[in-house]
Parts: sequence; structure tokens; C-alpha cells
Amino acid sequence: MKPAPFAYTKAKTLKEAVTLLARHKDDARLLAGGQSLIATLNMRLSAPDLLIDINGIKNLNGIAKKGKYVEIGALARHAQVEHSDVIAKYAPLIALAMPHIGHPAIRNRGTFGGSIAFADPAAELPACLLALGGEIDIAGSRGKRTVKADNFFKGLFETALRPQEMITAVRVPAADKATRVGFAELARRHGDYAMVGLAASARNSGKGLTDVRLAYFGVGDTPVRAKKAEAALANGDADAAVKALDLDPHDDVQATGKTKKHLAGVLLRRVAKQLMETRG
Amino acid sequence: MSSRALDISLIVNNERVEKRVDARTTLVDFLRDDLCLTGSHVGCEHGVCGACTVRVDGEIVRGCLMLAVQCDGAKVETIEGLSDSGEIADLQAAFEQRNALQCGFCTPGMLAAAQDLLKRAKKVPSRDEIRDHLSGNYCRCTGYHAIVDAVEAVAQGRAKGR
Repeated sequence: MKPAPFAYTKAKTLKEAVTLLARHKDDARLLAGGQSLIATLNMRLSAPDLLIDINGIKNLNGIAKKGKYVEIGALARHAQVEHSDVIAKYAPLIALAMPHIGHPAIRNRGTFGGSIAFADPAAELPACLLALGGEIDIAGSRGKRTVKADNFFKGLFETALRPQEMITAVRVPAADKATRVGFAELARRHGDYAMVGLAASARNSGKGLTDVRLAYFGVGDTPVRAKKAEAALANGDADAAVKALDLDPHDDVQATGKTKKHLAGVLLRRVAKQLMETRG
Repeated sequence: MSSRALDISLIVNNERVEKRVDARTTLVDFLRDDLCLTGSHVGCEHGVCGACTVRVDGEIVRGCLMLAVQCDGAKVETIEGLSDSGEIADLQAAFEQRNALQCGFCTPGMLAAAQDLLKRAKKVPSRDEIRDHLSGNYCRCTGYHAIVDAVEAVAQGRAKGR
């Protein structure tokens, strides 16, 4: 299908973008990478009056270590993140997830901020942000604010973003020697949205794992923490963690809830192994 | 100013193009309908099949997931351009020799994606790497083995020629 008619404008500054958003509210959509938005326009699942192209806004695509954090600009493209030395060194969980996001042609356009704002429950990056305990910088006509990933994903495609706001950057704690991460997903075709996926982070205390965060995707309306399994894994017992898995996935077109629950256990064993490996 | 139709100026296959386009026109529809470059194919129209793969400023993209207006000032290369320049002559010959196309609908996208891999590869990619890179391109005749064979053969051929 073809998109319904809409008007298009290219914002040159952040201020211009949020001013336009405030004026048009829900009648407008921000166009970042467009890899989900244009698909929904083509399918006429979305028919805004105005597209505000934010690709021309400068200084929104940087990737840098800032103190104890890694900051990723909202317009950083997946391919740019995938090949970033800063990400490889200081955000290894995101580096592990990147090759699973879509396909090369999609990663050349899709943006980090777009993926977080869209908040597809089966997408990799929202789960990574949750697993890492990251935070999201938001700008609106009424000023700027920062929201923790723990409080950002509210429901199915629903986030803490208000209609007149946009994401400007995300931050995750920079990895150090004690950081452990793990990532695995099961998809019918490499690059497709996952049936079930798991992004995880922890710290190695020398005696075992602490601060275990297991963020599943594809199992609910948002990325979901499996907190009972986290506690079991902190005790070093993968079998107990699988038994303790506190997830209740619904059936969807990809698999039944029962299958997803089983696969979540399979992924947990794989990821537990990654978390317990010593890093070189 | 926002508008439902905009004037754009871009380079397509080394030729300057200036046109007025509807904001809602996707890049692949613009190439096919306005420029009559029908080598880029329209398959799923939501980014799944890869039949519309073209190069924008040197990087492969989905022609159905970019708007023509976003290509104002860009350099676009389609299968017609890649073919005319001779850049992928060896890939095209290998596809023919190894029967790596049957109906041919996916071929322009497959060639663009394969060339993207080979152009960047510092060594001969493994078959798994080739499959990974082409994972976003569907062949509904399911001739994947022959396609991987062709891409692998060209990768080896180019490595010898280096």
C-alpha cells in the first residue's frame, strides 16, 4: 500500500522540532530513521498530517564516554553504533545486540532514539536499556527532563514521552572490569523481531554475581525484568533461576505463551553462561 | 514551511535529477514511476523483503522505507547504475553461471546487498557471513544456496585479483 497524503518539513534545530510538535501535537510525527514509521505509513496504520524530519538537526548523533556513562545521541544510526569503538569497549551489551537489529540496510537508517521512542516490545534496544539501568534525555517545548529506563516503558508502544516531546539522547553506565553482560534471542529469520530475547547485565564481585538485571523482550507489552530469576542467578544457580522465571508471556503470531516460556528458560541458560564467563 | 509537494534535486546514477514530488512518495516509487528506473522492485512495502534495496550516499537502504523528499541533495545508485558502471559485472556473471536467479524479482536487491558485503569485506566472507548479510533479502523461488555460491565465488575471485 501507499501512505495517505501528508505534509513534510525538515527541522533544522531541536527548538524548531519541539515548537512544531507543540503546535501540531498528535497530528504530527517525528521522522528519524523511519524504519518503523514509514512501514506503518505504507500500511496506513498511521496517517499523520505532518512529518517533521529531524535528520537535519546537528549534534544529535554523537557517541561518547562522559564520565561514568556512555551517551548515545538520539540520531545515532544502528550501523554507527554497531561499528563504534566506544560502544564495543564501554557498552558491550549494546554491541552484542546490534547485529540482531534488522538487516544491514535497515541498520544504515534506523536510529537508536527512534527504537527507544517506538518501544516495540519485541525490540532489542529497549530491553538493553532496561538491563543496563540506562536513562533517557527528553526535550519538549516546556524544557528538558531525564527519565530512567525503569520508568520509561509504560505499555504496548507506550512510553513516558508526552506528545510534544522527543528523545535527544540515552545514557548507560560505562562498563568496567567487574561488568558482565549477556545477550541472546531466538528469531525465525536472523534480523527479524525476536520470538523471545534476553538482555542481561551483572557485576562480578569476585565471589559471584551481583546487581543481576535480566530484561526479556517479546514476552509482554514492554521489556520485562525477571526479578525472581535475577535473585536466583545472583546465588549462582542457573537451574534455580530457570525454575524461578517469573514471566507470563501471551500467545502471539510467533509462538504460544507456553513455548515462549520454555524458550525464555533456554535463553536464560545461554545468557547465564555468558555472565559467568571471565572476561579477558 | 511544510508542504505536501516539494522540489528536490539529487544525483541518480551520476545524473542530476530535479523534480517536484509528493511528500508521501517513497524513494522506490519515485525511482520507478517518475524516473522509469524499474530495476528496483516493490515487494512487501514494509521493509521485510529487500527487493527495493538501493544505495543512498554509498550505503544500502530500503527504497520503500525512505521518502523521495529525504533524498534531496543525496547521491542515489540503483541496479541500473551499478550495472552500467561495471561495478558488479562479475557478480552478475556469477549469478547467471550458477543459476542464482530464477524469476529474477529479488535479484536487483540481492546484487546490491551482496556488493555491499563484498565492497566492505577485508577478507573472503564465510558462507555464514554471506547468509547473515543477505538475511534481509527474500528469494521466494528459494534459490538461496545458488545465491550464496555465486557471492562466495565472486568473493574468492576478487581476493585472488587483489
